[in-house]
Amino acid sequence: MFKNRVATALVALSAVTALTACGAKTADTAGSAPAGGGAAVDTSGPTVKVGLLNSLSGTMAISEVTVRDAIQLAVEEINTAGGVLGKQLTAVSEDGASDWPTFAEKAQKLISQDKVAAVFGCWTSSSRKAVKPVFEKNKALLFYPVQYEGLEQSPYIFYTGATTNQQIVPALDYLKSTGKTSVYLVGSDYVFPRTANKIIKAYAAANGMKVLGEDYAPLGSTEFSTIVNKVKASGASAVFNTLNGDSNVAFFKEYKSAGLTAESMPVVSVSIAEEEVKSIGTQYLAGQLTAWNYYQTTEGAANERFVKAYKAKYGADKPTSDPMEAAYTSVYLWKAMAEKAGSFDIEKVKAAANAGGITYEAPEGLVTVDGATQHVFKTARIGKIGSDGLIEEVWNSGEPVKPDPYLKSYSWATGLS
Amino acid sequence: MSPRLRTFAGFGITALLLFAVAPLVLGDFRLGLLAKYLCFAIVAVGIGLAWGRGGMLALGQGVFFGLGGYAMAMHLKLADAGPGELPDFMTLYGQLDALPWWWAPFANPVFALLATVLLPMLVALLLGLLIFRRRVRGAYFAILSQALAAAFAILLIGQQGTTGGTNGLTDIQGFFGYDLNDPVNRRMIYFIIATALLLMLLAAWQLMRSRYGELLVAVRDAEERVRFLGYDPANVKLVAYVVAAGMAGLAGALFVPAVGIISPALIGVVPSIEFVIGVAVGGRASLAGPAIGAIAVAWAKTALSERVPSAWTYFEGLLFVLPIVFLPGGIASLVRLRRRRTAEAPAAPALEKVPS
Repeated sequence: MFKNRVATALVALSAVTALTACGAKTADTAGSAPAGGGAAVDTSGPTVKVGLLNSLSGTMAISEVTVRDAIQLAVEEINTAGGVLGKQLTAVSEDGASDWPTFAEKAQKLISQDKVAAVFGCWTSSSRKAVKPVFEKNKALLFYPVQYEGLEQSPYIFYTGATTNQQIVPALDYLKSTGKTSVYLVGSDYVFPRTANKIIKAYAAANGMKVLGEDYAPLGSTEFSTIVNKVKASGASAVFNTLNGDSNVAFFKEYKSAGLTAESMPVVSVSIAEEEVKSIGTQYLAGQLTAWNYYQTTEGAANERFVKAYKAKYGADKPTSDPMEAAYTSVYLWKAMAEKAGSFDIEKVKAAANAGGITYEAPEGLVTVDGATQHVFKTARIGKIGSDGLIEEVWNSGEPVKPDPYLKSYSWATGLS
Repeated sequence: MSPRLRTFAGFGITALLLFAVAPLVLGDFRLGLLAKYLCFAIVAVGIGLAWGRGGMLALGQGVFFGLGGYAMAMHLKLADAGPGELPDFMTLYGQLDALPWWWAPFANPVFALLATVLLPMLVALLLGLLIFRRRVRGAYFAILSQALAAAFAILLIGQQGTTGGTNGLTDIQGFFGYDLNDPVNRRMIYFIIATALLLMLLAAWQLMRSRYGELLVAVRDAEERVRFLGYDPANVKLVAYVVAAGMAGLAGALFVPAVGIISPALIGVVPSIEFVIGVAVGGRASLAGPAIGAIAVAWAKTALSERVPSAWTYFEGLLFVLPIVFLPGGIASLVRLRRRRTAEAPAAPALEKVPS
């Protein structure tokens, strides 16, 4: 009896709350957006907050902590030089914990609790895909500093890492120009390698290259004897490697012990930067190729300054890498946008960037924000890993490449997006 | 107070906290987080039944959570895309021209809603029939359920074109015609989840105090004896396992509109273990313990990671170790301890021996 009454009361209660709590329907587009131009940025005090969203724990921490450090360096430098629009920056750091829903939760926290002017961070495509709707719903800004698989263009994200036509396509051009006629594709099993390989296959088909095999290992996998044997048996003239993290250690060890060398069958990697070279070991990597937009050895006064400042703050043995540089640069790009807009208001900052002409003398050279795509013009660079753990540039595109996230200017890529 | 009255008082206070206090005290952002925790609590109620009462250490509840979540997310993605259109990621990664056949039925809201609960229950039923009839139990059951979670996650990752791969299904805009960008609607989702949790607690309570509940505890403590009494322990366990799977499915389905994402990262080995840890911290054999534990662990995870973003995982680890070493009965046993001190005989079947 009593029990039934409890149940009835509960159902009634929920029915009432559900009925009274009816908000906007998906059909009414007007009025569903939050009032005002964008997320409220708290500019009331003498400081303005910026959010740092990186994995400080979990499998991605080893890479993402270096990005966080680079962003913090930029924030400190900007503060020392007088801040942005007369306000000092306060960095609020959150841990995405290598877990995509956590990224979404922390992004929401930075926007609605801390009322940050911009968020810098994310590494994996999955974390970016998880936070993308959060930034779009709240109309807040994210600066994403890592090379990625392209095919995306959110109005509330600025992509300061390379898209495919600034990294993968130049790498393929390089292989083609050095006479490599066949490739074997090895990657971790997630979105970036699978999408990258789709692009590589389309390129190969149009350029007379043969793809002799395609294999994926689960993220974090360390068992590569089968894959390396297949690679060896294929007789490919090069390997295109999109493996991530620890898997590279096992892959290159196995590669060496199978008797394969950088001379007989070079490996082009797109996820191995200076930090990873250190942990994999140069004895396995010397002579192999990488494709990025920046190396610690990149020439120029801006890079000398950046490397010196980074080492002074975090230790002489700490290398600088492409994602770190792109993250560091992204803070300065945001500063340039805010100063051009004369405001921290997100829509005004965005409008200033979309109008074009935002540039910064970055460690990788002069970078320009492409107002139309919210990506960045970047110089593509192929590097060879040296026995000292540093990467020496062997080829570059000569000038910054215009970003083309949907590969619209490449006839062979028509079916891809 | 009699135990019965105390339970009713408990339900009343919980309802008051969930429906009145929380929405008044918490802002939109925190209430959204609480909605997420309550989803974990619903899974925990099921695990409490299967593990605490039934002795089945279900280390693979992520599978059922995922089935429910994906069923719901598939429908919402299709609804977002509109009739005849493909969800965004399919054209992006899969280059599909037509909807895969197994997606098609989820366009129907009734089918999708039923599937969120019935699909996990069906899978659990088939698995349970195989597992329990073969008298697989203890550590072997735990390993099996864990392997299943790993396999399911790998399967989803491999089918990027049709499942979204590691990204999962994200960017969900609407919930049966209601715009999820609107804070009012998000509040409505919270109330739906809170109601679901209360109903699940009620259902678990019914099961626990019924004759079936006593049989389940008997199977946990002495399976052979129950068999000799003429019952089939396999069937007894099967019911608890299937109910737990249904609860996990429901939780997964509600998680999607609350958080806006379902991905393999939520259903693999680690999240499956985290579900169980919440239950262990709360006290697996009691009614409210698992739910309280799940909420407490999830809340602590958020709070710690906001305070000390670079070292919070150590604290989290400590949080798991301490209760298990010093408080094997979980948070719920604190209440029982106090009650025993006030010289009242413990009425609830306390868990003395620990069957795995």
